[in-house]
Amino acid sequence: MRGVYIIWLRSLKRYVRSKSRILGSLGMPLFFLLLLGFGVNPSMKMAGVDSSYFSFIVPGIVAMSVLFVSMFAGIQVIWDKQFGFLKETLVAPISRVEIMLGQTLGGATTSLIQGLLTLVIAFLIGGGITFTLTGFLIALVFMLLVGISFTAVGIAIASRMEDMHGFQLIMNFVIFPIFGLSGALFPISNLPSWARFLVYVDPLTYGVEGIRYGLLGTADISPIVSFIFLSSFMLLTIILGQYLFKKIKV
Amino acid sequence: MDIVSISNLSKDFNGFKAVDDISFSVQEGEVFGFLGPNGAGKTTTLSMLATLLEPTSGQATVNGFDILNDRDNVRKSIGIVFQDQSLDEELTAYENMDFHGWLYNVPSDVRRQRIIELLKLVELDDRKDDLVKTFSGGMRRRLEIARGLLHEPKVLFLDEPTLGLDPQTRNHIWDYIKKLNEDKHTTIILTTHYMDEADRLCNRIAIIDHGKIIAIGTSEKLKETLGGDVITIESPDSKRVIALVEKLPWFKSAKEHDNLVTLNVVEASKNVVELMTLLPQSGIHVQSLKIHNPTLEDVFLHYTGKTIRAQEVDASDAMRMRHRMFHRGKR
Repeated sequence: MRGVYIIWLRSLKRYVRSKSRILGSLGMPLFFLLLLGFGVNPSMKMAGVDSSYFSFIVPGIVAMSVLFVSMFAGIQVIWDKQFGFLKETLVAPISRVEIMLGQTLGGATTSLIQGLLTLVIAFLIGGGITFTLTGFLIALVFMLLVGISFTAVGIAIASRMEDMHGFQLIMNFVIFPIFGLSGALFPISNLPSWARFLVYVDPLTYGVEGIRYGLLGTADISPIVSFIFLSSFMLLTIILGQYLFKKIKV
Repeated sequence: MDIVSISNLSKDFNGFKAVDDISFSVQEGEVFGFLGPNGAGKTTTLSMLATLLEPTSGQATVNGFDILNDRDNVRKSIGIVFQDQSLDEELTAYENMDFHGWLYNVPSDVRRQRIIELLKLVELDDRKDDLVKTFSGGMRRRLEIARGLLHEPKVLFLDEPTLGLDPQTRNHIWDYIKKLNEDKHTTIILTTHYMDEADRLCNRIAIIDHGKIIAIGTSEKLKETLGGDVITIESPDSKRVIALVEKLPWFKSAKEHDNLVTLNVVEASKNVVELMTLLPQSGIHVQSLKIHNPTLEDVFLHYTGKTIRAQEVDASDAMRMRHRMFHRGKR
């Protein structure tokens, strides 16, 4: 387990040192909150959404932050591969299982911090969001599940990639669809059934719904169902990540 | 005692034999050199010994542990400095060392003390809290060598430790390696394509080409196999030089390379006089002539028929390299 700890610690140190990464990752959530929260808010009121649209999308934007940062943290294994650092860990007397778990937990932790920062920003600019401590803890659990799952997905992808050239591809065909279909920006209940199917197969949906339940107290999907689905997805991604990471050659 | 023992080790990459049935052993406390041109199989052999690559066939033990069945113990017994950098640039020198110590389970008080001691040894103690990305190539290499020693390995592998460094830094690194071997009795196995480096540092040298070991022994023994002196003649008529000299009784062998002819002869200082009269008589223009004791370069030339210099990779070698890179890319 010492291997897991030290690799986790390294991820954290690198994260804290890259101020530009922290600020850069806050840009997109801020943009969404301001543009959609204030721009679309009045028109949604007219359309008859009961709670304010701003508070409706806050959980979705928090989930987005966690998704983007965790995915990117996982894919960063490519840098380690390219800059040779991965070799240093691979010849050490620790197992690859430990290395992968350390990376996953490291990525999950940084994405969790980023998610919390997004929440703080939403709080500062929007107001009007009130939640209980229990609700906050529930949201935290779901953020962590999303963070672990998608760091593992990132590692799985990175294990199959040689360099960062394919990153744009992943951005456009993996990350954006996952975010767009997750119900982060719209209520699921109003959708036609074919669209609802797509939303239900998107694992992030259950993260968004869980966080929304924690922060707003209401959700379209029961939090227990969300929890079961998302934990199973997490286990699956860890197994997949482990399998592909074991096959990395340097 | 044999600290490393290799028997019939081979590695195929999709039908290309990178390492072809090699066997040798290294004794404890030795500085052992692996000398050969780029793409000869040096790094592949090292990777197998370091458990990063699985051999296609054959066996090897490091510190008595099998490289296939006892990987963890092999890994604990070795330190390795890769050809390409393997530091985390976003961490400080101290943190890179500390990370390594954690991975190898060095207790924290010992770890702290050894890190300072080793950073002093490689003269980086005053930079210990600086990020590695601010370091020069030589400093990074020194840090990597220090890091490789942190868990006090029985064997230290150095893959081209001085590649791409300026002569002054190279000399520095040679001194460190010598010192380590003497002070800590660490067995050192290094690969290089610098002849002088192998000659100066190594107790024994294995010359490797196209995946095969073609000669092995001390530098002196290897040079003795040539059994004589070397005359190097620079002439535009190199072919005629050989044709002429071949008939002489004191001639042993000759190798031609561009407009240089390397002659292996007995008693060169005496016989060169005869040569000096013969060549002009036959109308062969000589630009320069040099007599010297055999170097490892001559030994290499003798065994392989070509010089080792990296930039002279011939066409087939270039193809092998491309093949290797291509398949590395695919894997």
